[in-house]
Amino acid sequence: MTRTAGCCGNALIASDVIAAMQRNFRLIPRLDVKMEWLIKGVQMEGWRKVGDPAAFAADYALAGADELLFMDVVASLYERNSLHEIIRKVASSVFIPMTVGGGIRTVADVSAMLACGADKVAINTAATRNPDLITEIANRFGSQATVVSIEAVKHSGSWMAMTDNGRNHTGRDAVMWAKEAAERGAGEIIITSVDRDGLGSGYEIELVKLVASQVRVPVVCGGGLGTTGHLKELVTQTDASAASIAQALHWKKLGMGDLRSTLAETGCFVRKLG
Amino acid sequence: MTSKSCVIIDYGIGNVFSVTQALAHLDVSVRLTSDRAAIKAADRVILPGVGAFGRAVDTLRAMNLDETIHSFIETGRPFLGICVGMQVMMEQGLEFGTHRGLGLFGGTVERIDLNEADGRPLRVPLIGWNSIHQTTPSRWQGTAFSGVADGSDFYFVHSYAAMMSNPQDVAAVAHAGVGGITAAIQRDNITGVQFHPERSADAGLAFLSGFLAQ
Repeated sequence: MTRTAGCCGNALIASDVIAAMQRNFRLIPRLDVKMEWLIKGVQMEGWRKVGDPAAFAADYALAGADELLFMDVVASLYERNSLHEIIRKVASSVFIPMTVGGGIRTVADVSAMLACGADKVAINTAATRNPDLITEIANRFGSQATVVSIEAVKHSGSWMAMTDNGRNHTGRDAVMWAKEAAERGAGEIIITSVDRDGLGSGYEIELVKLVASQVRVPVVCGGGLGTTGHLKELVTQTDASAASIAQALHWKKLGMGDLRSTLAETGCFVRKLG
Repeated sequence: MTSKSCVIIDYGIGNVFSVTQALAHLDVSVRLTSDRAAIKAADRVILPGVGAFGRAVDTLRAMNLDETIHSFIETGRPFLGICVGMQVMMEQGLEFGTHRGLGLFGGTVERIDLNEADGRPLRVPLIGWNSIHQTTPSRWQGTAFSGVADGSDFYFVHSYAAMMSNPQDVAAVAHAGVGGITAAIQRDNITGVQFHPERSADAGLAFLSGFLAQ
């Protein structure tokens, strides 16, 4: 068998060596949804209505978002997810990957969400209650569809994993929980600092570094982006794989173009638009 | 426009909704089925797939769809495997043990083991957009890639990649860290893509249009 440079049996093309050295980093608009509305809060509270999630999703995709993340923020409280219709609608015209979370408790819930057009599901509460669920989902749908979302709050020098928008303790250390989730089959970890959420004061770099050091799967960082400088800080100071961005985009403080230019400045790969 | 039709093999593995939506967007009449006669009679066939190699190929065999796929390919009509649907066309896969594939292409599907430029191992699954390149200047001529610009970006999500025995079978490569990944394979009427055209925005639709035009 022919082999070159690690993985496949074909010679690399010399002119692309520069591209080969580029880091891959994804920009993921996060759309928190309550009933049929895109909403946004501060520190996962005080939600304000932003608009039609499908319209925002389509705009972000056209403007160069790499993926979309939808979260039903009240689903766990009511133990149901109302995103099916929204995802089905978005998936009929938006052809970029979508992760969907909020209130997913069973393999059947995952199946239903994927059937609506989601590519991955994010689980939090149900996984902390029943960690075997991570493995069950990964075995059935693959690790690439299994995302564990962790909401973290700092307490007495360590990070605690929370549920229900930072309201409830799980009794788990957030960093150790990320490690366990990856070992159980999660193909991606979303780590969000509850205290930074919605403030636009920057990502919790220390938390991202800790989580990224404990897992070998991609780490998506959420909670805090307010300026392009915050993105640059995340990219240059951590080896996170992606940033989730909400309020800065929703309130149009920044556009996808600003974030993409910043990524390009840091030497990351930026996908070309049609 | 001439009526285009496409059968997607329904074997319970893979995100068929998004493939169906992308084809519907291109005005194609899509039939999702596991009916062997319908698959054999199709104008063109897509084999989707996500998850693990062994589970996918075992399911195809349990449903006797492996024979159906071989019969269809003998007709010379276009056949496309996407992601794990591409991987199972290989001789064997090493995900969770050694599994025999459909053997349409020589080589093995192995776990991605590549480094970043700074020496750190790449995080796996490999998730994200990546540019694909043809292996020779006219490699894409007359293939499903004929309407795709060299260097176009597609969305990938995978932990395993195809190591090809015959470099001629490689249609496209993508760079990952300091290495390369088999992005697409093609021989005669058989095409396989590691990326997800149905999740690759305009470039993905251009590729699918090319497949439909074959």
